Amino acid sequence: MINIEIDGKHIDVENGCSVIDAAHQLGIYIPHFCYHKKLSIAANCRMCLVQIEKAPKPLPACATPVAEGMKVFTASEQAVKAQKGVMEFLLINHPLDCPICDQGGECELQDLAVGYGGSASRYHEEKRVVLHKDIGPLVAAEEMSRCINCTRCVRFGIEIGGAMELGQAFRGEHAEIMAFVSDTIDSELSGNMIDLCPVGALTSKPFRYSARTWELSRRKSISPHDSLGSNLAVQVKNNRVMRVLPIENEEINECWLSDKDRFSYEGLNSAERLTKPMIKQGGKWLEVEWQVALEYVANGLRQITHESGAENIGVLATPHSTLEELYLLQKLARGLGSHNVDFRLRQSDFSADSKQTGAPWLGMAVADISLVDRFLLVGSFLRKDHPLLASRVRQATKKGAQINLIHATDDDLLMPIVNKEIVPPTEMTTVLAQVLKALSTIKQATLDTSVQQIVQSVTLSAIAQAMADSLASGERVAILLGNFAQQHPQASQLQLLAQHIATLCGAKFGFFGEAANSVGGYLAQAVPFAGAEHGMNASTMLTAQRKAYILLNVEVELDMQDPQQALAAMGAADMVVALSAYKHHATEYADVLLPITPFTETSGTFISSEGRVQSFKGTVQPLGDARPAWKVLRVLGNMLNISGFDYNNSEAVRDEVLGGIDVSAKLGNALYDVSAQNATWNVTGLQRVSDVPIYATDAIVRRAASLQKTRDAATPRALIHSVELEKLNLQSGEMVKLTQGQGSVRLSIIADDSLPRGVVRVAAGHTITAELGAMFGTIRVERA
Amino acid sequence: MLSEQVRAKIDRELKKYPSDWKQSAVMAALRFVQDEKGWIDTGDMVDVAAYLGMSQMGVYEVATFYNMYNLKPMGRHTLTVCTNLSCQLVGAMETLDYIKNKLGIGVGEVTADGKFGLREGECQNVCDEAPLLMINNKKTCGHLTKEKIDQILAELDKE
Repeated sequence: MINIEIDGKHIDVENGCSVIDAAHQLGIYIPHFCYHKKLSIAANCRMCLVQIEKAPKPLPACATPVAEGMKVFTASEQAVKAQKGVMEFLLINHPLDCPICDQGGECELQDLAVGYGGSASRYHEEKRVVLHKDIGPLVAAEEMSRCINCTRCVRFGIEIGGAMELGQAFRGEHAEIMAFVSDTIDSELSGNMIDLCPVGALTSKPFRYSARTWELSRRKSISPHDSLGSNLAVQVKNNRVMRVLPIENEEINECWLSDKDRFSYEGLNSAERLTKPMIKQGGKWLEVEWQVALEYVANGLRQITHESGAENIGVLATPHSTLEELYLLQKLARGLGSHNVDFRLRQSDFSADSKQTGAPWLGMAVADISLVDRFLLVGSFLRKDHPLLASRVRQATKKGAQINLIHATDDDLLMPIVNKEIVPPTEMTTVLAQVLKALSTIKQATLDTSVQQIVQSVTLSAIAQAMADSLASGERVAILLGNFAQQHPQASQLQLLAQHIATLCGAKFGFFGEAANSVGGYLAQAVPFAGAEHGMNASTMLTAQRKAYILLNVEVELDMQDPQQALAAMGAADMVVALSAYKHHATEYADVLLPITPFTETSGTFISSEGRVQSFKGTVQPLGDARPAWKVLRVLGNMLNISGFDYNNSEAVRDEVLGGIDVSAKLGNALYDVSAQNATWNVTGLQRVSDVPIYATDAIVRRAASLQKTRDAATPRALIHSVELEKLNLQSGEMVKLTQGQGSVRLSIIADDSLPRGVVRVAAGHTITAELGAMFGTIRVERA
Repeated sequence: MLSEQVRAKIDRELKKYPSDWKQSAVMAALRFVQDEKGWIDTGDMVDVAAYLGMSQMGVYEVATFYNMYNLKPMGRHTLTVCTNLSCQLVGAMETLDYIKNKLGIGVGEVTADGKFGLREGECQNVCDEAPLLMINNKKTCGHLTKEKIDQILAELDKE
């Protein structure tokens, strides 16, 4: 520890700590622009100049390491003179356009200019002009003359985002921040550059000129999208969500937000919002009062229960629904006598149901990901599915962590991968079995009988051996399964093999988790095996068509594993009740549309992948006649005379679910009574590989206009290895007809040699591919 | 696409640096490209970035920072006239004006036949030979007089 003195106050700090960090520990503010605690030190703005005893001239506090006995003066005559001088230089070229600047009122330069700037400028010559740039639909770089060249945005891209999309070109007076030629910023974390920009050079395109910071009230919320549970500050004006910013939480999202969390709010104000209950009568949709719609639903459900039995009711919800909604939904279903309730809509392998020790979860705290030194990532589009977790993994690699990847596609994760095996979905279990085989040799362990057979049946490859060596050499190892692995038709085998690999190397073992409430759904008992009797899962509910379906937030053709089958089941049902915040394709097959509210208009709870319970309040009033789904379900419960639906508020529902429960005891990734056989899953011909694109995951983002203009939201194309393309006698760029089961779609096909042979990659979750069948399995390609 | 010769030169340069620090060779790589075709376009930067495993913007930063990289065609022979202090004291501006008139182009321009390009440059560290110019960033010609300039231009014209 080093003892230093700042402005007369003593403090002991770590060796290597900078003066600015030490000052912050003491609560002393040193003005700065380019310094940011999460970024490397650039020391190019010079705003943090301070006087240091025995130093002949002022030194930048951000780039000066502490030394024993150092005496720092942050507000001495010399320091303030230096700071004022720097400010005068910064203001020389900075336009005096604060009244029309979007950053006005939340601008670091504006704030510090009040403290350190002169009341008038001594500079009367021409100011430099930097031309505006178009760097994509999210970040506006329309006023680059405002830029003070702090390079925070550049360093963010390199260090946190993993790609240098912005840079500082030219030099000296001509230096300017720009993207290469006319590239756009395609990072899924790009919005953070807006927060980082200390001036109004980079601003939010969707938010520009719509409100001033002092007009906005700031309310806490939780992200409803990925499973991280990012903390949000939802900013509201006139009962409308205007903007979303991060709330710093070092254990979850640090001070960042993914673009999905930041810009999805546009979907809340979408014109497609459903604001009135609607009933279909004689093929026409009528707007009706809540009472009428609810009575219609209650009568319909009663009738079907009475005539065909409650087991003819199927209940589906998305994992983006709150804990309270999911709990009341299953309670309603079970109250009617149906156990057919599920929220795992994109899952295809349910063989491990009720053979799990608990709800699948991350297996570790999010913050601990930064400490892991060996990763085995299985089946994950990590960057797109979990942007901020990917950033955590990236930070770990900077500290020397090794990444081993088993996946069906080779998308650039923007981090070094030590070993990777890119194979068709059908071979993923084989690769895991190989790694397990190699590990059992290294650790000289006897394998459990449940995996012996599959391990004996595989021959070891060099890459699997290398992965095993890497994992065995780690001290803090993590085996993590992604969304793709969970949606995989052999998900339970992958899970079992990964579990045994984890046991052998003493690793943490977990799932990234698909959505905000993927863990919460289990705790809310919204699974068919949670009750006394076992019901049908999300897949069998469709294959064995039910007479009635209740859908909570679900757009079946986009949210489910097999849209074709889902649409067929909906079409054949006598009654479909859709609880949705949006008017969507359900108008084709549903009988009742009940307008419910998205997360900003209801209170609720999400349980993140690390098992963290986070409750939030509504931030705005419900739009039109839309009502929180928990209230709708409460009324329905009462109408159907099901007992236990007398809740005063959503907290009462939450307390009923979680009261007296140790959430951590309900989590578990281990399987019992499951054994891995030799791979029995055969696909003839080409097999489909599907990702759910980052801005197609849920109803809200699908309607967020700006996100839909990004490159990540581009129209899906079919990707295939060029050898396969040649076999099919097709050219890259050609339109092809893709067929699965009864349905087919026309897409352009592109050669992509990073894919394994024998697969066609076609995105799911998109209206254009919704005519196709399951996310995995045989797919036919022919010239259109 | 980088030519085989350029790639061979870059490979030789790469031996000077640790294998995971290939970006150290970026300045040399850009120089090799310029030596070959006289200037560097953004397509070349993309190629260099791919070859060295760097970001494209990273290469662009370097290429735009150093003013001896030509970001547009500068003729077969780029004449860089030093206009720093020592040269100015002995008539650099007159030298520059003479060349401008002689070639009929301004600074930063190229003659219509594409033979000569003219630039202003910084100190070449041989002020005893002032005033001076440099040909293609390689060869320094000092003690310039009108006659000597005529002679240099005539010789280059023949090449």
